[in-house]
Parts: sequence; C-alpha cells; structure tokens
Amino acid sequence: MHDFLVWLGETPWSIALLESYWVWPLVESTHVLTLGVFVGTAIFNDFRLLGWSLKSVPVSQVTSRILPWTRASFAVMAVTGLLIFYSDPVRYYHNMFFRIKVVLLVIAGLNAFFFHRRIHRSVAEWDHMDPLPGAARRAGAISLAAWAFIVISGRLVAYNWFDCSIQPQPAWVNWISDCVLALP
Amino acid sequence: MLLPFFEWIETTAIGTALAQSIWSFAVIESVHLVGLSLLGGSLLIVDLRLLGLGLTGQPIAELARHAHRWLVGAVILMLATGTLLFLSEPIKLYYNTSFWVKITTLPIALLFTFTVRRRLTRGATEATTATRVVGALSMALWFVVAAAGRWIGFS
Repeated sequence: MHDFLVWLGETPWSIALLESYWVWPLVESTHVLTLGVFVGTAIFNDFRLLGWSLKSVPVSQVTSRILPWTRASFAVMAVTGLLIFYSDPVRYYHNMFFRIKVVLLVIAGLNAFFFHRRIHRSVAEWDHMDPLPGAARRAGAISLAAWAFIVISGRLVAYNWFDCSIQPQPAWVNWISDCVLALP
Repeated sequence: MLLPFFEWIETTAIGTALAQSIWSFAVIESVHLVGLSLLGGSLLIVDLRLLGLGLTGQPIAELARHAHRWLVGAVILMLATGTLLFLSEPIKLYYNTSFWVKITTLPIALLFTFTVRRRLTRGATEATTATRVVGALSMALWFVVAAAGRWIGFS
C-alpha cells in the first residue's frame, strides 16, 4: 500500500493539485462548506430517531424527504475528500487522525447500512411511535456520535503533531500511523 | 483605527494563553466545525421548506418551531468558539480581508435570521414567492459567512 501511494503521490496530477494556488483551497473549502449540508441534514435525521427534534414529523417522511439531500451532499464530500487524499496520499496514509477518521467512517457506514437494511424496513409499523424502538434510537445515537468525531478528527488531520517525520513519538502512535522508522 | 484594540486583545491573559497553547486552537476549531454542521442543518431544514423542498408535508411554522432551539444553540456555540478563535490571533486577523468580509456579513445574517426570517416562518404554512426569496437569501447570506470564514485560513 505504502509503495502504491508513493507512486500515486508522484503522478503529475497529484503534484499539480497539491501545488495549485486556487484549486486545492477551492476543493478543501467545498469539502468544509458541504459539511453544513451533509452532516447538518444527517444530524436532523438522527435527532428525529432520538426524538430530539421534528417529533411531529413521521420518520418515513424525514428519510424520504431529507435523506436524498444527505446522500447528494455525501457524494460531494466523497469526491472532494478523495481529491484531497490524492493530493498528498503518503502524508494522509500515515497521519494518525486520518486513520481514526477512516475507522469512524467505516463504523458510520456500517451503521447506516444496517439501519436501512434491517431497522428502516419496518418503518411503517413505528412511524409515529414515541419513543421510537430501541434499535432505531441506537442507530441515531451511533450515527450522531460517529459523525461528530469524524468532523473533529477530520479537522485534526491538518496537524502534523503525530506525523512519522516528527520523532520521537510514543510507540503506540508509530504503531497506529504505521511509521517506517530508520534504525538507530 | 481598531488596530490598538486588536493589539491590546493579544496582550490580555486569555489572548496570550490561547496563542501559546498548541492544542487549544485545533480543538476549538474542531468544535467550531461541529457547530457549523448543526447550524447548517437547523437552517436548511427550514430554508429548504421555504423554497418548497424538503419536508413539504409539514407547515413551515411547525418546522421552524422544531428547528428553532437547535438554531439558537448552534449560533451560541459558533459565537463562543468563534470569539475564542478570534482572541487567539487578533493581529493576524486584523490584516486578513476574509475576516473583515465575515465579520461584516455575520451581523447581517444574524439580524436577517432573527428578524425577517423568524417573523415570516412563524406565520407561514406553504411556500410562496416571499418564502422562496427569504429562503434563498438566508442560504446566500450564511454561505458567504461560512465561505469567508474558511477562506481566512487561506488568505
């Protein structure tokens, strides 16, 4: 993987993107501003499941009328996020916060998958229930917590505190970041 | 004219403490972004409806009522973390054009949201030309505030 990313980071488009005066900031700004749409609408879906907001709105209406906006903005997040990764793949691959973010993204993804596959299938039976079934509330809570920490870890990726190039680091940091260290 | 004030802020106890801390800026900035998500959501739930999109099965006033306390909470969180971010680098911000764009559009957006938009959403049921104009203006104003905010770091 490391070697592949070294090659990827040396492709002309990757270098051009990282060094570009306007494109990189515009891609990164799009990623940040779309956060307000993507996480913003996801939060209200979760709030509904938890019973914290939109209580008079049937769950099925929130998932059919708000989630399309969440999905569309996720596509923007994914494209801009992948472009940012492509601009400096080796740095992000060995960045501890990036790795934490990826693990949390997998958790959020699995949670959304099981929510739609298992729980949401029977939404007609509990559309107006108060409080909602435990499984639905749990899915909302997991989603809310996961996305909050994804936003935080995503922001911290920008810092090089735990980068492999800055040593010494605690052994667990080097282990998480999979640092290739020169022998003393 | 304001420069002495900005310089003074940098010398205050909280200003120097924030400027010297390695972690504080990053952590406050992260919470500021969580606040951005919450603010974006609580605005959009209603703004989409004002445009005739989103939760069209509910009256506008009802959605606005649901979203209002989260909107107020998000604004308070944003102002609190934003003020701390400002206190940690006032002189750098004084010379930053994006900061001035943000700091002048922010009061306009706040005033618009809690006067014109609030009054309209409290009484509205269905989307009309007036609600569409207000929804579009709300989105545009907050977009400028957020975009200028992000651009502070690039300019």
